[in-house]
Amino acid sequence: MKILVAVKRVIDYNVQIRVKEDNSGVVTDNVKMSTNPPDDNAIEEAVKIKEAGKAKEVVVVSVGEEKAQETVRKALAVGADRGILVKVDGVIEPLAVSKILKKIVEKEKPDLVFMGKQAIDDDCNQTGQMLAALLNWPQATFASKIEVKEKTLEVTREVDEGLETIEVNVPAIVTCDLRLNEPRYASLPNIMKAKKKPIEQISAGDLGVDVKSRIEQIKVEEPPKRKAGIKVASVEELVQKLKNEAKVI
Amino acid sequence: MSREKMEYDVVIVGGGPSGLTTAIKLKQLNSELNICILEKASEIGAHILSGNVFETRALDELFPNWKELNAPIKTKVTKEKFLFLSKTKSLSWPTWLLPSVQQNHKNYIISLANLCRWLAEQAESLGVEIFPGFPASEILYNEDGSVKGVATQDMGVDKDGNKKDSFEPGIELLGKVTVFAEGCRGHLGKQLIKKFELDKGKDPQQYGIGFKEIWEIEDKNHREGMVIHSAGWPLDNSTYGGSFIYHAENKQIFLGYVIGLDYKNPHLSPFDEFQRFKTHPAIKKMIEGGKRISYGARALIEGGFQSLPKMFMPGALLIGCDAGTLNMPKIKGSHTAMKSGIIAAEAINEHIKNDKDLSNFEEKFKQSWLYDELYKARNVKPSFSWGLILGIIFTGIDQILFRGKLPFTLRHKHADHQTLKSAKEMPKIDYPKPDNILTFDKTSSVYLTGTNHADNQPVHLKLKDPNLPINYTLEEYDEPAQRYCPAGVYEVQTENNINKFVINSQNCIHCKTCDIKEPSQNITWVTPEGGGGPRYGNM
Repeated sequence: MKILVAVKRVIDYNVQIRVKEDNSGVVTDNVKMSTNPPDDNAIEEAVKIKEAGKAKEVVVVSVGEEKAQETVRKALAVGADRGILVKVDGVIEPLAVSKILKKIVEKEKPDLVFMGKQAIDDDCNQTGQMLAALLNWPQATFASKIEVKEKTLEVTREVDEGLETIEVNVPAIVTCDLRLNEPRYASLPNIMKAKKKPIEQISAGDLGVDVKSRIEQIKVEEPPKRKAGIKVASVEELVQKLKNEAKVI
Repeated sequence: MSREKMEYDVVIVGGGPSGLTTAIKLKQLNSELNICILEKASEIGAHILSGNVFETRALDELFPNWKELNAPIKTKVTKEKFLFLSKTKSLSWPTWLLPSVQQNHKNYIISLANLCRWLAEQAESLGVEIFPGFPASEILYNEDGSVKGVATQDMGVDKDGNKKDSFEPGIELLGKVTVFAEGCRGHLGKQLIKKFELDKGKDPQQYGIGFKEIWEIEDKNHREGMVIHSAGWPLDNSTYGGSFIYHAENKQIFLGYVIGLDYKNPHLSPFDEFQRFKTHPAIKKMIEGGKRISYGARALIEGGFQSLPKMFMPGALLIGCDAGTLNMPKIKGSHTAMKSGIIAAEAINEHIKNDKDLSNFEEKFKQSWLYDELYKARNVKPSFSWGLILGIIFTGIDQILFRGKLPFTLRHKHADHQTLKSAKEMPKIDYPKPDNILTFDKTSSVYLTGTNHADNQPVHLKLKDPNLPINYTLEEYDEPAQRYCPAGVYEVQTENNINKFVINSQNCIHCKTCDIKEPSQNITWVTPEGGGGPRYGNM
């Protein structure tokens, strides 16, 4: 079995996001970038399946600018076998990413495609679903447990009501939740080894995919500041305020 | 359990200006050398915090073509001011009356973090291996006592010391020479100074705590290239410190404050002094209508020539602010740190090639402009132990009339942890509440640093005696850790009339002030899990 894992380079989750003064986007200059956190879970799971002898190869792919190579390299340092970077400059939307991934799937012919459930920068939560539709493959989203069976996967999903367990036929798309596993650390010797693993670079144009934006972004704004709360003296006062001032009951 | 080993010609601890310069210069001298740099931050630059008005002297030597290489050094200093502040007034001191070391017209306003990122790119293109996110936590010695290398921190250990599923043991990095370039108060450098008695015959080291905020201010208040320093309010005459305000590119100003850690009043809160400083009319009018976008703090080393330890030992060198090469009257440590890196590289190259003793470092250092600069600067900082006014008068005589060549050397008498007086003897200070426009509390400030430490890891601020904070320090000094820590790591909480000393180590911004100022030296800063700490951008 072969697993393809898609990863995205995003602003590190600890960084305080700042909106550009002209409201055209967020500041990314000199900002620490990292792998999208649930993508780390996707890599970890793929590597675990390989270590259990159930997969032969883990290929990692990223779509983005030249520097996304670092994100691919990091995945190689925790156990992926080789990498693919599809180079695109500027913002790219989920539909274009899934079209690119479809081309990569057709070329690589993996049995499974793993990725994070959503990216923490745009929070779209669309790429996995769109790719499943484009390929006409089954999908299991928000996976918190994956069991590889003979020709199927048993996947536990994090849903609003609790947990849902489903079985999907392989080939399939799985999008991973943060609860799926605890990603390992890259060790120094493995970082060194990862430097020698191959990363194939392809440009989106060569794949014949139109990456033009289909969404017009009008402006980016910071959320409004929350007003300070007040203390109330009694339950009566609270009820009264909720009724008359907040008008919520 | 035996750890994996990796062998290099040179292992460098710390990816700041001195460590990166050492690596680059070594590769320029001999491209065959295998060199690695360990950095505790999640990326190069993320733990760098500095003013910074940059003198290019050392960089000119390292990369004469730095302009063509597009180094992030763009904003030339165009105008300079020195202000004396009283509570409501400011008096501008004529620049021509400043000692030449304090004149900056040839210098640039830069972000040192960005310069380090650029240096790291240069180093990597020369073949240096840089490992961010890997703190060196332990020094390794040969049987003859010489330094063999360092070990990186184990990863994936829980707070009780148990191995988690993700446990990844540390690695031993062995070098013919190990270079310690951890910056001010490096935790391994501290061990080396003790073990090899590198500070024998030297004065106690002196430190300061420096704060920095980046503000985006209104166009009408911004003068790109302007450099302002101030002394006086809000500090009293006996407390050493002052501010810096650098008008950088993109309508940003770098606004900061430095306070000597030899202050005496345990009620003093350096953080609140800095916040209060911004409410001075001369400062307020500059930042009003602007927005604070970054915050950070870091201890800096001020002892200079008299306190500078021996910088070589068998198998290793101690360079930059890890040793203490900052030039205090210039308020600059970047060019001196880089120069110490250049000298280190030259010494190491000869050492490896001709099997020379590392003591050649000392000879080269003594013949360098770095030694000359530090020697001439030596009397300025100690003279301020007489107070601000006498300090300024003496500095004028020493630096303008005698150009640092007075035939005597003033001593530093005390280490900074010895200077606090009893809380009862000293006046309490009533700091104004933050207005969340110009002044802020510690929590919202730390929030801007992007600081994080993986949760459930061992506390990296070790107490020698866990009961001392409550049993002694609280009574005697009103537990000053609550105030000198710029990140609110230390708290005394009272529950049912019982006092409890709380360490919020996840907030630590790696400034090292507690390790320096704790009056009984009861707190030891050790490396947390790799990648932890602040994520500074262009600091």
